[in-house]
Amino acid sequence: MANVLTVESLTKYYGGAAAVDGISFEVARNEIVGLLGPNGAGKTTTINMVLGVLEPTSGSIRVEGIDVATNRSKALECTNFAAVYAPLPGNLTVYQNLRIFGMIYSVKNLSNRIQQLLREFELERFRDVKSGVLSSGEQTRLCLAKAMLNEPHLLLLDEPTASLDPATAQDIRVKIREFVYKRNCGVLWTSHNMYEVEDVCDRVLLLSRGRILLEGDPKALPREHGKDSLEELFIAVARE
Amino acid sequence: MTATRTAAIVLRHYYLVSGSAARALPLFAWVAIDMVLWGFITQYLNAVSGAAFDFVPVFLGAVLLWDFFTRVMHGVAMAFMEDVWSRNFLNIFATPLSTSEYVGGLVLSSIGTSSVGLIVMLFLASSVFGLSFLAYGVALIPFLLVLFLFGITLGILSAALVLRFGPASEWFIWPIPALLSPFAGVFYPIATLPVWMQYICWTMPPAYVFENVRAIVAGGAASMPELFIGTALAVVYVVLSCWVFVWVYRHSVRTGLIARYSAETVS
Repeated sequence: MANVLTVESLTKYYGGAAAVDGISFEVARNEIVGLLGPNGAGKTTTINMVLGVLEPTSGSIRVEGIDVATNRSKALECTNFAAVYAPLPGNLTVYQNLRIFGMIYSVKNLSNRIQQLLREFELERFRDVKSGVLSSGEQTRLCLAKAMLNEPHLLLLDEPTASLDPATAQDIRVKIREFVYKRNCGVLWTSHNMYEVEDVCDRVLLLSRGRILLEGDPKALPREHGKDSLEELFIAVARE
Repeated sequence: MTATRTAAIVLRHYYLVSGSAARALPLFAWVAIDMVLWGFITQYLNAVSGAAFDFVPVFLGAVLLWDFFTRVMHGVAMAFMEDVWSRNFLNIFATPLSTSEYVGGLVLSSIGTSSVGLIVMLFLASSVFGLSFLAYGVALIPFLLVLFLFGITLGILSAALVLRFGPASEWFIWPIPALLSPFAGVFYPIATLPVWMQYICWTMPPAYVFENVRAIVAGGAASMPELFIGTALAVVYVVLSCWVFVWVYRHSVRTGLIARYSAETVS
């Protein structure tokens, strides 16, 4: 399996404190990797470094073999993200937001692609509605539509279903999984919902204080460490 | 550099302005009020001075040119502030968009918005108050060019300032033109000022414009060497402002300012 994301010895220090402390991991094609950990473990810091909005203190990040530090634009052309804390501008309509980001990502046949995503994410009736007046669930769907505009090889999802009801979250998980396997893309997914992680992730990385403590299959990992569930394992790691 | 990405920034600004009267109105309302106000002031001054001196091209022309400069600067700053107000930094800067494409988009947006103000001012000043720009001759081209470039410079520096010091620092940027106006010699010859102020004036490209506006109105000719110095200074400042923006952007990426900016944790 070829890797879409390769992270090597990644470190981020703020003053003397390590937010991320020498982590290495890969994400392969058709693979959904869960990045788990308590608050402040370094998940979002890692994602920000992969997205090129935060410079690592040391280490390297390669997307499709392209170094983010030296060839940021090229690496980010085949990447996209959705995060619960980064809604799209509320003063633009759904269509306008998708059009602008589609142009930034140089999406071919943009109008068709937007139409397709509006249909897929059930946003057609909100096409000309300002994004700011959408419900949080609809905004999440819009962020995911934007994240899939350029058919990224690497998709970064930071708590993508945090504001969705269980039924919608389930539908979204199915959509993301379909997208991953259809497009051969890799996903780095953070979530605090362990049920979701078990359901959707092929592999998880358990992060604490900037280091990867555990790594493996989310279904097998709890048993390997004498725990009944992933949630129990997570709590044990968080309290260490 | 991809033109489509730069065009995306311009299109974003077009969507915002065309969809909001609160954004569209200020493009021409304040400059129109300035033209009307200064138009009548100059008419009054012409009346009381017994028409010995025509105040229209001196004052009304100067106000028009200064407003144009202010609109250019505000145009760049406003386009940038839209990303601040909508907390869009993470979405924008986590894309393949480069700083040159982004700044290029801000500048092009400003050309569009400041052109609206310029057209309205030219129409009002010429049709209502009889200001003829033919009086400035070909010197009008370097006048507008210098003021445009200096407006771009201050717009980019304003964006860098807000990026570095956070959203609240926007209140530093709007009064910048008023702060600089005493040194630009908009309404009086530079020689009127104390010597120490004159030294500052000659580092500012607009001073070369307004000195030559007065020279032409007084019946003389524009000094091409002076206008060349003003243009050269303005070009150097544009380059320097771009360098400052890139430096601040890199600093923000290094320190995590951009990532935290979207969460409004930077004060």
